Amino acid sequence: MSVAPLIRIQAEDYDTSAEIARLTSGRGDVGAVVTFSGLCRDEAGTLAALEIEHYPGMAEAEIARIAAQACERWPLTGLTAVHRFGRILPGQNIVLVAAASAHRQAAFEAAHFLMDYLKSRAPFWKKEHRVDGSTGEWVEAKDSDEKAAARWR
Amino acid sequence: MTRLIYFAWIRERIGKPEEELELPSDVTTVSDLLHWLRGQGEGYEAALQQPKIIRVAINQEHVEHREPIAGAREIALFPPMTGG
Repeated sequence: MSVAPLIRIQAEDYDTSAEIARLTSGRGDVGAVVTFSGLCRDEAGTLAALEIEHYPGMAEAEIARIAAQACERWPLTGLTAVHRFGRILPGQNIVLVAAASAHRQAAFEAAHFLMDYLKSRAPFWKKEHRVDGSTGEWVEAKDSDEKAAARWR
Repeated sequence: MTRLIYFAWIRERIGKPEEELELPSDVTTVSDLLHWLRGQGEGYEAALQQPKIIRVAINQEHVEHREPIAGAREIALFPPMTGG
C-alpha cells in the first residue's frame, strides 16, 4: 500500500479542519490523525510581520522527498503538508503537517519527523519586520533544529 | 551557461535574484564555485565571506560542497533554512 502525500506551498491561509477531513472522509480505516500547526509569534509585541521567502519548485520537491521517507518509515493512511510564503502576521498560520494512520504512534512520529526535517531542509527563509517600522534581521537557523532532525537518522 | 539563483541575505548582498554565468573550466566542484564567485565583486564577497555556512542545491536538490557541478542547469545558493 503506498500513500501519496499531499504537499502544498501557498500564499493563502489553509483550513486545518478541512485538511483533517480530507484525510478521513469516506473511509473507516483511519484511527488517528495528528496535526501540527506552526504560527507566527509576535516576539513579545516587537514583531509586526514575518516575510517568508521560498525556492519555488525545490520547496515542493524537498518536502515531497521528506514526506516520501515518512511514508516508507511509518504505516500511514495519509500525509499532508502545507507551507505558506509571503507576509504573515502574528497569530496567523505558517505551516501545517497532518499525519493519519490506523494507530496513534505512527501518526505522532511521522508528523514529528516531517516537521523536524522540514525545518532544516525545506528551502524557506524568514525575515522579521518590526513594530517600530524597521526591517529586522533574517531569522537565524538554530543548531537545535539541526539536532532535532539528526535524532531521526 | 549555468543559471545561478540566490535567496534571502545572499540575494540581498549580491543584489540580484539570479543570473546566467559562464563558469571557468577549472571550477569543477561546489567549493570551487563558491571560491570563484566570491572574487567577482564586493557584493559577492559580502555574501560569501563565510563559505562554510552557505547551503547549495543543484537542480533543486541539496548537495555537499565537495560535490561536482558538472551537468548542473541550476545552482542555488542560500543561507541555512528557517522555515516551519
